[in-house]
Amino acid sequence: MDGEELTEQETALYDRQIRVWGANAQRRLTKSHILVSGIKGTVAEFCKNIVLAGVGSVTLMDDSLVNEEALNANFLIPPDENAYRGKTVAEICCDSLKDFNPMVLVSVEKGDLSARSTEFFEKFDVVVIGYGSLATKKAVNEKCRKLSKRVAFYTVDCRDSCGEIFVDLQDYKYTKKKLEEKVECELNFPSYQEAVSVPWKPIPRRTAKLYFAMRVIEVFEENEGRKHGQCSLLDLPTVLEIKKKLCEANTVSESHVPDSLLERLITGTIEFPPACAIVGGILAQEVIKAVSGKGEPLKNFFYYDAQDGKGVMENISNSFTS
Amino acid sequence: MDTQQQQQQSAIQGAKVLMVGAGGIGCELLKTLALSGFHDIHIIDMDTIEVSNLNRQFLFRRSHVGQSKAKVARDAVLRFRPHINIRSYHANVKNPEFDVDFFKQFDVVLNGLDNLDARRHVNRLCLAADVPLVESGTTGFLGQVTVHVKGKTECYECQTKPTPKTYPVCTITSTPTKFVHCIVWAKELLFAKLFGDKNQDNDLNVRANKAASSSKETEDVFELAEDEDIEQYGRKIYDHVFGYNIEAALSNEETWKNRRRPRPIYSKDVLPESLSQKNGSTQNCSATSVDDSAMVSAMPLLGLKNPQELWGLTQNSLVFIEALKLFFAKRKKEIGHLTFDKDDQLAVEFVTAAANIRAESFGIPLHSLFEAKGIAGNIVHAVATTNAIVAGLIVIEAIKVLKKDADKYRMTYCLEHPSRKMLLMPVEPFEPNPSCYVCSKTPLVLEINTQKSKLRDLVDKIVKAKLGMNLPLIMHGASLLYEVGDDLDDIMVANYNANLEKSLSELPSPVINGSILTVEDLQQELSCKINVKHREEFDEEKEPEGMVLSGWTQSRATNGESASTSNNESAVEVTESSSGPEIASKKRKLSETQPENHKRETENVESEDDDDLMEIENPMTVSKKKKRVAYTFP
Repeated sequence: MDGEELTEQETALYDRQIRVWGANAQRRLTKSHILVSGIKGTVAEFCKNIVLAGVGSVTLMDDSLVNEEALNANFLIPPDENAYRGKTVAEICCDSLKDFNPMVLVSVEKGDLSARSTEFFEKFDVVVIGYGSLATKKAVNEKCRKLSKRVAFYTVDCRDSCGEIFVDLQDYKYTKKKLEEKVECELNFPSYQEAVSVPWKPIPRRTAKLYFAMRVIEVFEENEGRKHGQCSLLDLPTVLEIKKKLCEANTVSESHVPDSLLERLITGTIEFPPACAIVGGILAQEVIKAVSGKGEPLKNFFYYDAQDGKGVMENISNSFTS
Repeated sequence: MDTQQQQQQSAIQGAKVLMVGAGGIGCELLKTLALSGFHDIHIIDMDTIEVSNLNRQFLFRRSHVGQSKAKVARDAVLRFRPHINIRSYHANVKNPEFDVDFFKQFDVVLNGLDNLDARRHVNRLCLAADVPLVESGTTGFLGQVTVHVKGKTECYECQTKPTPKTYPVCTITSTPTKFVHCIVWAKELLFAKLFGDKNQDNDLNVRANKAASSSKETEDVFELAEDEDIEQYGRKIYDHVFGYNIEAALSNEETWKNRRRPRPIYSKDVLPESLSQKNGSTQNCSATSVDDSAMVSAMPLLGLKNPQELWGLTQNSLVFIEALKLFFAKRKKEIGHLTFDKDDQLAVEFVTAAANIRAESFGIPLHSLFEAKGIAGNIVHAVATTNAIVAGLIVIEAIKVLKKDADKYRMTYCLEHPSRKMLLMPVEPFEPNPSCYVCSKTPLVLEINTQKSKLRDLVDKIVKAKLGMNLPLIMHGASLLYEVGDDLDDIMVANYNANLEKSLSELPSPVINGSILTVEDLQQELSCKINVKHREEFDEEKEPEGMVLSGWTQSRATNGESASTSNNESAVEVTESSSGPEIASKKRKLSETQPENHKRETENVESEDDDDLMEIENPMTVSKKKKRVAYTFP
């Protein structure tokens, strides 16, 4: 259909998944270019999944040096100090990922993601920001939206045993199967900025509490100039103060965002590997869907909480107010 | 780290876990267990690594192909967690060394298996050893994780799992209507007849025999004469199975009254006089000089490259003849001992071609080699992401089991499309089924013709196939009718073999209507009773086995509301037959087990909220899904 046939080698390697999504989807995957930043546990899981799936290329950005925390949930880093000394997390992960599938081009891009020009993002079909700051997420999302080509934009964040995924596919057309018939569908996604500024009052009450809690933590880290996860129980009073203000601004009662949940999110700074595997798996599945144009994508938030075991999709846009 | 986390860590670090399976789920599971802090992991897998595993079993590399999965997975994980203890066993979990005592040393058993048989076996050993089991399965984007704790939740077999689909013999031998029927014919009958054990019973000519010629004559077709040219032999087989046999079947007008008549196909109408000149296959095939017999292939000789391409009748016929020739030219020694294997390229080519020619004859759409291989090999669709998610869910349940957090156990379903916003749907586990023959020892009922059916039929079709016993022993009262084991003397073995050939009513202790049999498996420590009911006739189409086993004594009508979990429809039945109060209690129980904040929420919005119903409806909607999911991994 589009482009050249899969090689014999590709057909043999990808046999079992071609049986799931078809040869056309596999061809599109092999031609896609993915940018990933912030490689902690969940993103490491995500990278493993898309490299195995056989995307065209993966570009890694993470200049941080390996520390105890990175070793904890990131299985791409061998715990051998001689091997990782002087190398960045992205460099180490690059070596491991290459090994998983020699047919995928894995490379490292140095520098600060948020400082990149709009043109930089044009090279990619998918951009994934892991554990990013509010400012970075907004800025990169806006740059992606300015491009003439559609770049699928994702953010992912894990705290304690909870995870959040955000998806922006802008105006997105896809096919879905309905009773053996293929139907063309279209979805319009709000930007990150829009999605996190939706007034709380009209949002249905059954919406995952994590949506609100994550906004509180995001604002806290932004205000205090903290890096992702740089917080402890000592910060609880400040966090609760921010929650109070946000609830007031949104004219909802303070019980809207449970304190116990906020406490969990700021104290659970060690990643919970099973939750990383789950959230990283869902994220990879969504990226594969978006690249192949097959199947209904997640719109526009996903939440997982190991405590109740639910993995929920939430559609949060200004449609509640209109 | 707060005290709760400390408790969790000490539960994890003190645990000794057994993983069964180091494949798609297993690789992900071993990695996540190691990252989560598990220190003592034992892993059993009998398989070796194949190329088609590498797209998801990320602990394996191309250089590992052919090596033990359990061992390579262990080595790979030790590289990023060098100080933990992982012990690998390259062995079948059904081996006798993995007995109840072996299982007893573990705190929890985690299954990442790909077949029903092994799952049932592990379930029984876990019940016998009283060790909790976390069970899992995936296919494509669907997956499930369930928790089985003796006496607390249902066991793996409380809801009967569908056994692999079987087809009536006559559909396969004379009236195929689907491509899968042609595949079964090509694989089980034609391939087995030509390349398999000559002494095996084979129905290939059954219908033709009835219609025409003596069996002597038809048998001879398959014999290769001393100096016969292989191509001529191939054409003779071709003409016999696709031409002559179809003509013979057509002569039976009764069969075709309400069916589309098949078209006989002869090689001279499809293929040129002689292929040898055109292809010069015997010379050419030396070009593919591969020592590995699994790599011998007819496709390159015919210029066929793409396994996803649909071949026409002529191409299929060429592949048929070439593949047959290659078997004789390159793999002569194996002929007579071959069974179909999805990883045997030449076998897949032959079966694809034969199935397609037959499909053409019967007006059934043809399929590519890629598709045919999937059907013939019962290949389970698999992607890395679902396995990774399921492995994460297994570890979460394993931790709950270790902490003995019984009211938090959940079975979780991974869905492809969200149901009530959920992609991961947790459901409270069911209670043990009081009429489960495995964990509740309820007698089974077997309807069988006691005069016609032999003990062998009972052993093969019921005790092994249906009850999944490995080393069975059958008793009628005090009389031992049959047993298997290494420690039997020759006289006993001869005795049992003689019994196998007797009909039930002719046995030393005759089994007749009303007899109660005891069937045991000493390794699985499973014993169950079978009430025998004599029945004269069975419907060949609907009851091809000639006997019917059902899992409970009382009829549904007399059993009323009290969870009449019947055999086949069990999953759906549970909720449909549940009475009002039961639902209410289920719901109440759920909200009690929810975390504090969610509970408050539920109370607050009771009135506006139809989402609350979710908790009630879950088991039903999900059960259906569960059935579907379970169905694909027989």
